[in-house]
Amino acid sequence: MLLTPWLQSLGLPYAAAWLISQSVFIVILSVALLVMLAFLLLFDRKVWAAVQIRRGPNVVGAFGLLQSFADFIKFVLKEAVVPAGANKGVFLLAPLVAFTLALAAWAVVPLNPGWVVADINVGILYLFAISSLGVYGIIMGGWASNSKYAFLGSLRSAAQMVSYEVSIGFILITVLLFAGSLNLSAIVRAQAPDIRHWFVISPLFPMFILFFVSALAETNRPPFDLPEAESELVAGFAVEYSSTPYLLFMCGEYLNVVLMCAMASILFFGGWLPVVDIWPLNVVPGVIWLLLKIWFFFFLFAMVKAIVPRYRYDQLMRLGWKVFLPISLAWVLISAGYLFAIGRIS
Amino acid sequence: MAWLDRSARSIFLWDLVVGFYVGLRYFFAPKKTVNFPFERGPLSPRFRGEHALRRYPSGEERCIACKLCEAVCPAQCIIIEAEPRDDGSRRTTRYDIDMTKCIYCGLCEEACPVDAIVEGPNIDFSTETREELYYDKTRLLANGDRWEVELAKNLELDAPYR
Repeated sequence: MLLTPWLQSLGLPYAAAWLISQSVFIVILSVALLVMLAFLLLFDRKVWAAVQIRRGPNVVGAFGLLQSFADFIKFVLKEAVVPAGANKGVFLLAPLVAFTLALAAWAVVPLNPGWVVADINVGILYLFAISSLGVYGIIMGGWASNSKYAFLGSLRSAAQMVSYEVSIGFILITVLLFAGSLNLSAIVRAQAPDIRHWFVISPLFPMFILFFVSALAETNRPPFDLPEAESELVAGFAVEYSSTPYLLFMCGEYLNVVLMCAMASILFFGGWLPVVDIWPLNVVPGVIWLLLKIWFFFFLFAMVKAIVPRYRYDQLMRLGWKVFLPISLAWVLISAGYLFAIGRIS
Repeated sequence: MAWLDRSARSIFLWDLVVGFYVGLRYFFAPKKTVNFPFERGPLSPRFRGEHALRRYPSGEERCIACKLCEAVCPAQCIIIEAEPRDDGSRRTTRYDIDMTKCIYCGLCEEACPVDAIVEGPNIDFSTETREELYYDKTRLLANGDRWEVELAKNLELDAPYR
C-alpha cells in the first residue's frame, strides 16, 4: 500500500509491487497486533488485579511485562491433547478458523489515512460478515470435542453471539446513515476534524452505549461470559482444548475484543482523529490516537470485567432481544427521520 | 415515584456508574499483595513449623529422653531410643521424626519438660524425595542450632501464656 510507489520506482511492475507491499504491510500489522495483544492481556490482568487490590503478575520482567511471552512459551511447549472420541481434523481446524477470522477482520480497519490493508467500500459489511463467521470456529470446536459440556457451551456461545449481532447490525446502520458510507475510512472522515463531529457527541450517543454492551456480549466478555463462566463452568466450548489450540482460541477471542475496541473508536470516537484539532495534538500521528482510543476502550472492557456481576442466561437473552433490539430498531427510524428532517438524506 | 426513580436509574445505567466509581477507587487504593517469596506475612510466636532440638547455652543438649513426646504424638511419628551416657546422664541415642507423618499439632512441644523439642518458624523445608523428610537426631539438633535465636525469642514471647 505505502511501499507500492517506491517499489514501482525501482522498476517493478505494478502487480508485483502491490503484492510485495501488501504482504509486508500484512505481516507488520499482524505481528504488531499480536505483540500489542500480549501487552493487552497483561493490562487486562493488571486492571482486574488492581480493582481487587492485588498487584497482578509482576515477576516475569519488570512489572511483569514479559508475563504474556512466558505464557506463550508455556502454551506452545505443552502437549496438545486431542480427546479420544474427538473428530481430530475439525478439532484442530476450529481454533485455526477462530484465530484466522479474528485476524482477517483487521484487514479493513484503517489505522491512519491510507493505512489499511483493503480500503473496500463495504468495510462494515465485511466486518459484520467476518464476525458472524467467527461463530463457526466456536461451533466446530464444541462439536468436534465430542463432549456434552463443550457442545452445550458452544451452543450457548453461538446463541449469544448471534443474538447480539442483530442489534449490532442495527447500530451499524444508524452509524452509516450518519456517515453516508460503508467504508470505514470514510466513516472516520465524516467525523473530522475533532470531537465536535464525533458520532458519540451526536444523536448516536445511546447507540454507542448499546454498541459497547453488545460488543461485550458479542466477544463473550464478562459480564456476558456465560459460555465460559469460570466460577461455574470450566471453559465452555474450549473445555477439551489445551496447549496451542487453546492459545489460538484465546488469542482469537482477545483479537475480537481489540477489534471491537477499534470499531468503537472508529465508529463513534473518530478513529485516527485527534481529540481537539489544535497544534500539539494534531501533529501526533493518527495511529497513536487510534491506539490510545483502543487502549482506553480496552481499559473499559477490563473494568467492566472487574466490576459487573455475571448475567444469567435468561437475563442475557432478555437484554438482547427485548431491550437492545427494539431500542436500536427505533433508533434507526429516529436517526433516519432526524437526518431527513435536517435534509442530509432525501 | 419509586417506579420513576427505578426506571431513571436503569435507563441511565446508574448501577454501572456507581460500580465504575467504586472500582476506580479500589483501582488506585494501596495494594494488599504480599510478594511472597520476597516478602512474608507476620508469624505468631506460637507458629508450628519445622521441628528442632534445642541445646543449653553450654552446648549440652536439652533432651533427657523422657519419651513424653513419643508417647503423646498422635501420629506416632517420633521414635526415641535412649541409653545412659558415659558420664551417667540419660541421653537419646536415636531421635527420629518422620516429617511425612507429622501433623504439626504441637503436642510434642507442649509435652516436653525441658523445652528441647520445639516447632520453629521455618516453613521452607520442602524436599524432592521422601527420604529427606525422615529427620534424625543430627538434623534436628542442626535445626536447633540454626534457629536458636528465633526459637528462644518465640518461647520467651509465649511464656506468659503457657
